[in-house]
Amino acid sequence: MLSVEDLSKSFTIHHLGQTREAISGINLNVAQGGFLGIVGRSGSGKSTILKSIYGTYRPDGGRIIYDSKENGPVDIMEISDHALIHLRKTEIGYVSQFLKVMPRTTSLELVTQSLLEMGVGLVEAEAQAKTALEHYDIPESLWNNYPNTFSGGEKLRLNIARATVKAPRLLLLDEPTASLDHASKVKVREAISKLKDEGTTLVGIFHDLEFMEGLCDSVYDMSNQEMRHALA
Amino acid sequence: MKTADNVALCVRNFSKHYGDGCAYCMDEDAVLDRNICPECGTIHACSDISFDLHKGEILGIVGESGSGKSTLMKMLYFDQEASSGEYHLADFLDGDRDVLKLSSRQKRQIRNEILGMVYQNPVYGLKMEFSAISNIAEKLIASGSRNVGDMTATGDHFLGKVNIPLNRKYEPPVNFSGGMQQRVQIAKALSNYPPVLLLDEVTTGLDLSVQADVLELIKEIQRELGISMIVVSHDLAIIRMLCDRTMVMLDGSVIESGITDQILEDPQHAYTQQLVYSIL
Repeated sequence: MLSVEDLSKSFTIHHLGQTREAISGINLNVAQGGFLGIVGRSGSGKSTILKSIYGTYRPDGGRIIYDSKENGPVDIMEISDHALIHLRKTEIGYVSQFLKVMPRTTSLELVTQSLLEMGVGLVEAEAQAKTALEHYDIPESLWNNYPNTFSGGEKLRLNIARATVKAPRLLLLDEPTASLDHASKVKVREAISKLKDEGTTLVGIFHDLEFMEGLCDSVYDMSNQEMRHALA
Repeated sequence: MKTADNVALCVRNFSKHYGDGCAYCMDEDAVLDRNICPECGTIHACSDISFDLHKGEILGIVGESGSGKSTLMKMLYFDQEASSGEYHLADFLDGDRDVLKLSSRQKRQIRNEILGMVYQNPVYGLKMEFSAISNIAEKLIASGSRNVGDMTATGDHFLGKVNIPLNRKYEPPVNFSGGMQQRVQIAKALSNYPPVLLLDEVTTGLDLSVQADVLELIKEIQRELGISMIVVSHDLAIIRMLCDRTMVMLDGSVIESGITDQILEDPQHAYTQQLVYSIL
């Protein structure tokens, strides 16, 4: 489903005249419906891998082969901007710790829009969005409220609702549970487990290893750059 | 050459220079002093710009003052004549013709029927002494409408859409606040449903609350009407909110382009980095 081959990425910072290597020689793969966890210390390049897969970062070398539903295997690094934008709207989701939204867009509109982008009709999109908001315990009183006024946990749950409501084929999770309390984490875990059952392929970075236990099929360890099977 | 299936507007090797140019600066490898020829003093406001605007897409253009953003927009709207290049619009004869070569009558037709333009300064887009509704009627008449009832209905619809109270529609924009003038200008530009809308720094100078109104409106009309747009701004926060793809301009040239999050999170060019590190 997804295979990353010999991926490298460095950042040139012009005003310092520096180039810093973030990752190199990364090889990993995930089967359809699999869940790969990436572990490693801060600054080891975990997010760089995820952002390269999503196409936010433009890597220096290697290949990122994604088996798309519409066109079969494509190299994320080679496809056109528009092809990538289309994949993001229809197949590949990304959840980060941060939520940036249009001013004066309500939480319900935000989740609804993400379905409209995929071509779901308005009535159906709104119904699905409400179900997703309910699932993540975003109270109905907040549906017509702006996310800027939400607590950190509410924002994050909204962010996850927005990404998961599309049931993407590939979902990239960049520490989505970092600042959540235990009850919220359990919610996220439930949702991920459900997505996995429905066939979504997942790649995730999690701060707390125990959270992934039993869900991950395999783990990529940044310290030795190797893949291993997760402990059952 | 013609536009591809999913492309609304296509530009190749667009250039605009002020001055005659010389053998030195007309060479494509010439090194200019920013955008000025050190030999003859010709100003190269836009140099060799090529891009496609896809249907339903919002394309952002960022860059500092004097980078050539507005010159590019003015050439696209025929306010200024390009020195060289090719320009195709899917909605004009299926994109088959280079519209730069058309007669001024045909260019006017394109301005009236295919393009909408919203200027940073409403003075350029509106007749300030005419009523708000007459401003819209003027655009509609230019694009071929003759029925007063229909035009009034369309005018009311779009003024309503931009939240101008209808009991003020007979007032001239000169009586309105800057934010209201900007919204009348947007209503006018939209009133004949142009497939391509050009927005030049439309929120610059507006207070934050009005800015949010205008952004919301732009997003809404893009969603509802599927209009393709080019948005010029020096505000990267606005570009991030609105644009699918972004081009960065410096000294008349496009120095970097890509999907908006690529530009903002992984800027390659020294100037783009400086711009991104300056976001508040």
